[in-house]
Amino acid sequence: MTRKVLVLGETRDGSLRNVSFEAIAAGKTVAEGGEVVGVLIGQNVSALSAELVQYGADRVVVVEDEKLNQYTSDGFAQALLAVLEKESPEGLVLGHTSLGKDLSPRIAAKLSSGLISDATAVDVAGGNVVFTRPIYSSKAFEKKIVTDGLIFATVRPNNIAPLAKDESRAGEVASLSVEIKDLRAIIKEVVRKASEGVDLSEAKVVISGGRGVKSADGFEPLKELAKVLGGAVGASRGACDADYCDYSLQIGQTGKVVTPDLYIACGISGAIQHLAGMSNSKVIVAINKDPEANIFKVADYGIVGDLFEVVPLLTEEFKKLKVHS
Amino acid sequence: MNIYVLLKRTFDTEEKITISGGKINEDGAEFIINPYDEYAVEEAIQVRDANGGEVTVISVGTEEAEKQLRTALAMGADKAVLINTEDDVENGDQFTTAKILAEYLKDKEVDLILGGNVAIDGGSGQVGPRVAELLNIPYVTTITKLEIDGTTVTVTRDVEGDSEIIETSLPLLVTAQQGLNEPRYPSLPGIMKAKKKPLAELELDDLNLEEDDVEAKTKTIEIYLPPKKEAGKVLSGDLNDQVKELVHLLHTEAKVV
Repeated sequence: MTRKVLVLGETRDGSLRNVSFEAIAAGKTVAEGGEVVGVLIGQNVSALSAELVQYGADRVVVVEDEKLNQYTSDGFAQALLAVLEKESPEGLVLGHTSLGKDLSPRIAAKLSSGLISDATAVDVAGGNVVFTRPIYSSKAFEKKIVTDGLIFATVRPNNIAPLAKDESRAGEVASLSVEIKDLRAIIKEVVRKASEGVDLSEAKVVISGGRGVKSADGFEPLKELAKVLGGAVGASRGACDADYCDYSLQIGQTGKVVTPDLYIACGISGAIQHLAGMSNSKVIVAINKDPEANIFKVADYGIVGDLFEVVPLLTEEFKKLKVHS
Repeated sequence: MNIYVLLKRTFDTEEKITISGGKINEDGAEFIINPYDEYAVEEAIQVRDANGGEVTVISVGTEEAEKQLRTALAMGADKAVLINTEDDVENGDQFTTAKILAEYLKDKEVDLILGGNVAIDGGSGQVGPRVAELLNIPYVTTITKLEIDGTTVTVTRDVEGDSEIIETSLPLLVTAQQGLNEPRYPSLPGIMKAKKKPLAELELDDLNLEEDDVEAKTKTIEIYLPPKKEAGKVLSGDLNDQVKELVHLLHTEAKVV
């Protein structure tokens, strides 16, 4: 059965987020040969349409309004619901980002539909579109299907491979005018704390520090390493509780869930709280003085040693590698 | 103020997880208030203490959730409501739970509803915003600060590490993020008092809901544990050589850099 599937393209600082390309790939699977329609909501976002098409969308619907210059639940819900009403799709995919988590349940409630949140894979099996998602803090997985109505899901960043970018692809771009009214919650101010460069939840490499970093300054060598690898810096709850860094960096059951290609845990013991946020990373490296530390049980590679010796050496070695390759 | 807290009894995911008969094995497992809902309970108590009013804690589940509701009462909530779905709902989903909660709340004079931003077992984070939409009230998710002045509410929201300062108004639903507060432990007098506080038990019939009205829109077809990870390679030898070897392995064997 072919389906028409809508995929919301999410922007950050004027660019599309990677998770949007991953969502298009998921949308293609859900569509089973049907049409994938990209949706862009914001102010001055239509220029990004071409990229959605290059990553696999067949055409794009754009809703632009000055009231949509920032994400608000009320504004974006009105815009997306208008597109849904016009297009009547059988599928809808969003990224499981801050925006997707906030917006998708509301859309689902409005449409009285199901919603499968935080999917890490999607396949077609036995006539069903089957989503895989982690449960119990990533200690188990479930396969889930929609039994009634719209096939609606959010996808966890970094898990579903995007399609290869094809710059020769072209698709129609249509704009839809929506009257945005009654914003009941207004953003007065945005305080930027997290994002020096790479977004933690989408980073391909994460360098993470625990109590072993001993102080706020102790994060410096980790930042150096992250810079060389183009990665982001994260932290365990222990490091945040000890005030070595902001809670915005926390990875774990409380905090962010990350699934980078490479996760380097420095001075992290590996409490369950922390593992829940990173154990699905593709490759895990542990650096810890304590050879008995729990983190070595989930690590693919481990070095028993002082992070303040090991991390700078690693940084140097990766620098050499970058020069040679 | 009429304050409601949506509370879920959850499996303590610090427990070892095993599967039997295609389901997560719950025998002997520890059950707790979902940690994010604990922040919601604490915040509700603080808002009541500052503004007056009453805190009602609601849970949709089985009789067993009474224990977690009593804990919330012992922390300082005033009343509890258990909507017992044991006989009526076999495999509910977030649509089911939200519909039931909204049906209970729709004729209440609600000023503020609080819940956790996600439950650590199912991890969907849907129920709070769904309830707000069904009640047609605004909501703000993943909040780390809540200030109420009359009907004006200023909320700080965590957005992937950045903060948004949002102005909105009552009635309102918010979902709690870590950092909102430090939930208190129930005191001994609190535990004694909680035994006498009202805990009402309702079923779907009492809400004029039929099983069909709340039938799930999604279905779990399989639950499984992730493949057990092979023990990793702990390097040895001179530290400089270990580092060189690690970089080499990441480059050529794991191919991640």
